Amino acid sequence: MNPNAAHVITLGLRPNAQPREGLSTGIAPLDALLTHVQTQGFPRGAISEILGPESSGRTTLLHSLLAAATAQLEICAYVDTGDSFDPVSAAASGVALSQLVWVRCGHNAAHALKAADALLHAGGFGVVVLDLCQVPTRIWNHIPISYWYRFRRAIENTPSILAITGQQPAAKSCASLMLDLTRKRTIWTGAPGFSLLRGVEIEATSRKPVRAAAVQFIAQAI
Amino acid sequence: MIFACIHGLSESLPAIAAAFSPSFEQTAPDTIVFRIDGLERLHGSPRQIADAIAHRAGENINVAIAPTADAAILAARNFPGITVAPDLNGLDVGTLPLTEEMAQVFESWGIYTLEQLAQLPENGLAERFGPHGVYLQQLARGIIHRPLKIFQPETTYDGRIELDHPVSLLEPLLFLIARILSDQCARLLSNAMAASEVTIHLELEDHPGHIRTLHLPVPMRESKSLLKLLQMDLEAHPPQAPTLALSLTLKPVHPRTVQTGIFLPITPAPDKLELTLARIRGIVGESNVGIPELLNTHHPHPYRLVRAQPSVVSHPSAAAGHQAFRYFRPPLPATVSLDGNRPARIIASGIQGKVLQAAGPWRTSGDWWTSTAWNRDEWDIALTNGALYRIYCDPHWFIEGSYD
Repeated sequence: MNPNAAHVITLGLRPNAQPREGLSTGIAPLDALLTHVQTQGFPRGAISEILGPESSGRTTLLHSLLAAATAQLEICAYVDTGDSFDPVSAAASGVALSQLVWVRCGHNAAHALKAADALLHAGGFGVVVLDLCQVPTRIWNHIPISYWYRFRRAIENTPSILAITGQQPAAKSCASLMLDLTRKRTIWTGAPGFSLLRGVEIEATSRKPVRAAAVQFIAQAI
Repeated sequence: MIFACIHGLSESLPAIAAAFSPSFEQTAPDTIVFRIDGLERLHGSPRQIADAIAHRAGENINVAIAPTADAAILAARNFPGITVAPDLNGLDVGTLPLTEEMAQVFESWGIYTLEQLAQLPENGLAERFGPHGVYLQQLARGIIHRPLKIFQPETTYDGRIELDHPVSLLEPLLFLIARILSDQCARLLSNAMAASEVTIHLELEDHPGHIRTLHLPVPMRESKSLLKLLQMDLEAHPPQAPTLALSLTLKPVHPRTVQTGIFLPITPAPDKLELTLARIRGIVGESNVGIPELLNTHHPHPYRLVRAQPSVVSHPSAAAGHQAFRYFRPPLPATVSLDGNRPARIIASGIQGKVLQAAGPWRTSGDWWTSTAWNRDEWDIALTNGALYRIYCDPHWFIEGSYD
């Protein structure tokens, strides 16, 4: 018997690990990807990050997540740092607006973090979205890392999900799920001069808990 | 059972009735009826009880004693002075609560007195007038035995404290507010009521009063929650001068009753959620927290933020995968170069590039009869960096937001 066997740590996926309870997004390829990385959707009681550049489908994915949560009669919250939330496209994605608390923070990241802190500690929310997409890098770099530990502590052992979206990782080691989104191509129809925007093909890659093969899905224009 | 009824124009009718019975029914502002069983040992026969009531009531008040409440009311309203065991047979049928149609029909039938109405066949009356006809006949016969609707004086939930010295700090005031709230919330609880509105009135030194009213989205009666809400409100809107006296009024309503389900997800407790939202309002501003609500309009921004608590009212099916839009608030002013009336290049703060593809123009206008009129051409554009934007000309160019 190998005396060092107890100290051997298996890196990557554990074959017999139980998937974490999660919330499916309703986007079949993405749900399949998340099941593959053993999270069964966005993991509950944990922080998830959705990363990507502009027009990469971050908000589309957030709306799908909120729609799935509100369809299960959960109350959700959207902490809107950059005052960018569009209720019309959210409603078109299936979000029940009557179950959504919208907090407009007027481009103030400190206010957004305090509001998210209050919401997470109040408890009872299905999904709390912290939208940091329009936070400038110089402010991003000054966000204290203690916030993310505090947020993780507030929601662990609860069914709440904290979904953070931005251009770069914020919660880093505190996040249980990290998805990278990129825009593959834009779909237009019609002849030049009479074209219509039909949607965007998006590629999603899991960066955490493990790197996994990319999947594509299409965000259809309304 | 024996009932007494007093009828007359007097504001002291409830006090007169309360002298003889702790529970009474105020049928109308000028009519009160109550039971007098058990008063025989104090006053004697029904006639002597009626005399005692009339003696206390004074002049111009009719008193009637009858075996049913409605018979006593009819007698008190139609016989002057004191009436004991009245004979209602001779009363005009118009003394009953008739509709105009019923009065005409009775007149055509030759029914003028209660005695004549009482002798009509009950089935025939039911066929002609329905349940109300039968009820009137039973009134005429004096056989309706019903419980009294006991008069409950309006309970007010308020408290007032006058201070010996003016207080300028909020913390000592909160101790006093907590004292009043604790008492009033205990009263609310004992009466199975809750508060839907809390008003605090601070009387200030050399200043007009400072009045703040909290409209609660759900009825509450937990003094700690109400105190915290008042504290946050007073911190956001402090009084302009030291306080000399304070008074607090709670508006009572019936508490909210909700049937919860074992399989329903856990949602935030309403009072805790209200505290959280009040705390966030203190951070981001009063008008920046609420529920988004869509408006029935073609306006470019067809929504508003409603100050309310979230509620589960619909069960929409998720339609995932619709492309979302993100607004730039305020819209970014842009310089757009045109090529044959189509955008060819765009420069704005943080965004610039050649337009690879554009869809439009989508011309919209509306509300020209109001001050919020809009008239603009919208374009969906893709730039060289791949980002998708919605721009509009109004008549200056702006970037409204991005597709994400």
